[in-house]
Amino acid sequence: MSSQATHARRSQAPARRALGPARAGHGFVAAYTVLLIAFGIVPTGYAVYFAFTNAGGRFTGLSNFSTALDDFRFGPAVGHVAFYLLCWLVSLVVFVVGLALLLHRMAAGGVSRVLRFLYYVPGALAGAASVMVWLFVLDPTVSPAAFLLRGLGYHTFGQVIAPGHLPILFTLVAFWTGAGGWIVVMYGALNNISPDVLEAARIDGAGAWQTAWRIQIPLLRKWIVYMVILAFAGGTQLFVEPQLLSQASVGVAGRDYSLNQLAYDFAFQNNDVNTAAAISVELLLVGLVVAGVFVARSGFFDAD
Amino acid sequence: MTVKWRVVGAKTTGRTRRRAGFLAAGGALLLAATAACGGGTGGGSSQGGFHPVKQTGGSLTVWVDSTRLAAAKLYQKQNPSVKMDIVTYDGDANGSNYLRTKVSLFNRTRKGWPDVVFSSQNNEATWAVQDGFTAPLNKGLIPSSTLAGWAKGANDPCTVNGTLYCLRNDLSQTVLWYDAPLMKQWGYQVPKTWEEYQAIGRKVASEHPGYLVGSAGDPWTPEVYMWAGKCGANQITGPKAAKVDTAGPNCTRMASLLDGLIKNKTMSLSSVFSSDFDKNEADKVLMMPGPSWFGGSVFQGTFKTPAHRIAAAPMPQWSGDTAASTGNVGGGTWLLSAHSTNLKAAAAFLTWATTADDYQGKLAPGYPAYAPAAKTWLAQQASSGYYSGDITGTLQAAADQIWPGWGYGQFSQEAVWAATVTPKLTAGKTVTSLLPAWKDAIVNYARADGYQVTQ
Repeated sequence: MSSQATHARRSQAPARRALGPARAGHGFVAAYTVLLIAFGIVPTGYAVYFAFTNAGGRFTGLSNFSTALDDFRFGPAVGHVAFYLLCWLVSLVVFVVGLALLLHRMAAGGVSRVLRFLYYVPGALAGAASVMVWLFVLDPTVSPAAFLLRGLGYHTFGQVIAPGHLPILFTLVAFWTGAGGWIVVMYGALNNISPDVLEAARIDGAGAWQTAWRIQIPLLRKWIVYMVILAFAGGTQLFVEPQLLSQASVGVAGRDYSLNQLAYDFAFQNNDVNTAAAISVELLLVGLVVAGVFVARSGFFDAD
Repeated sequence: MTVKWRVVGAKTTGRTRRRAGFLAAGGALLLAATAACGGGTGGGSSQGGFHPVKQTGGSLTVWVDSTRLAAAKLYQKQNPSVKMDIVTYDGDANGSNYLRTKVSLFNRTRKGWPDVVFSSQNNEATWAVQDGFTAPLNKGLIPSSTLAGWAKGANDPCTVNGTLYCLRNDLSQTVLWYDAPLMKQWGYQVPKTWEEYQAIGRKVASEHPGYLVGSAGDPWTPEVYMWAGKCGANQITGPKAAKVDTAGPNCTRMASLLDGLIKNKTMSLSSVFSSDFDKNEADKVLMMPGPSWFGGSVFQGTFKTPAHRIAAAPMPQWSGDTAASTGNVGGGTWLLSAHSTNLKAAAAFLTWATTADDYQGKLAPGYPAYAPAAKTWLAQQASSGYYSGDITGTLQAAADQIWPGWGYGQFSQEAVWAATVTPKLTAGKTVTSLLPAWKDAIVNYARADGYQVTQ
């Protein structure tokens, strides 16, 4: 009898323990799901509805998409965003991984801790605020780095923000604001690599370069893919940087620069929310397809 | 115009009312339709088809930019019984489209519109009428005797098919600003023609290098030079029709004039408000064609040019031209919301803000569009002692000489010039070589706003 009771108690206990965390988990997920539906899924559905209808709510097929495609600003905007993405993603992957590896090698000293903090600080500024900082940095008359700009031959703000420079400038701003967080994430991922593996490599005679190239980077692959997917989605949505630059330069640079700005212009300048929605649906599709390709090719969800 | 939009809107409401909430750009049309179909106090078809909403009174919401904040505050002080809710916003400066963005959102949510709005842009009527945001002012809200006081053509940008939808705050007629003592010291005559102006530019380049006869770095460069020079790049021929021609002789000779002066460095390519101009060129201005507000805002405020130096002369003309013409840079407008539940109080404030001597005559920074207030304002300027000589006659004459061949379209000529021409000028191209690109850009932006464009 007593042994039976004990048995019963024993079998009950794990069940109760399992139920607790599950309930908490559901609670957390529920809160997230509510927000996801309210601010993610419903607006997306709304945009899709707009993209396939006209101002009167009638189904129009792909006509909004062709309106966007035929617009004189569409082609250049695609070009701008594509070139910016190329600069931004390459610099992000190369420098973030490189700096994280460097940080990891210096892990012993306090220098690493200080650097990690310094890398992260710009990321703590809100997007718009950091663009404002750059607007000052890039004006040779007031910039603290004026000597650099003058050294490159730029004496006025107008020369610095010449159309050909914009992809590089936006990459600089985006890297400055966004890379720090990723460096910290990569650093954490590097710390996850078992010391035994690194020690084995060292015993086999691998130098710093070989360890990084043959062991650390392959083990970071999933993190890098994750970063690229998010950075790609963020990059295609380029908006704040060109929009603020356009305001600061009184329209000289950055007007109608990105696809998101074009969508904004369609909605609020040309009073055509449907075409604006069509552009945002296109951006969503591109983001999904690219994420899908990356996930499929990298085995992102494969268990280790 | 209104009638046309109503009809379009009426068709849409034929579909169920509930769906209305989901409608996209039709929101604006619908709004006009719902305003027409229900909710109004009636009053028959008063005010030429405009049906005010139920007048429930309440506080008066006023949107102003920081410069016009003084007007709202002074009105509140003089009329403490009026409950006012004063909101400052960017005044749509630099083509920010803040007002338009907000109104289109309010049209969706069907609430939140301000009662009276100031905008530093003069082309707001081009969209605000379509969006059903502005109330007609000359159909009973403001007496025609008051409206007759505005300077000739001042309210043109506010008029759609004969109905007045906004009131002009200030005029920005262009004049030739110059440094009088310096001109005298160097023995130069104030130029009466563009040819003379160009000749002085050449002289300055060789005799006093570093000094400027103008600036072409601002977005309003086409409005100062091309408008005054009668270039037909912005002919608005109907509510949705435009003619764009940048190849005419007036455009090409103005372009080559600018090119010559840019080349010999007497024409700056920096904006007069840029830190670069302020630091390096502000004390090197011999002449500068610019709008009426340059006197107070640029010379006195930004450049801090000492008193008794700056004078104003009429804009140069093409030699042989008999009728004087000048350009115009901006000039704000006041709009009254068609959704206001407090039309009487709103109209009273609007009238006061645009006509009162206490504000327009004595406080306003720009040349008042309301002629009687302009008289007070000019007298005030004359007595301030800042200018060298009397600038009032020049400004007053220029107010009536704004060339009517340049229209007020929905697309911004300033934005087009800034994005298309300015960066290429900075990169060393000439205005002449950019005329075709400038035209293409205007045509593209005009078409994007639904204009029928002839070239």
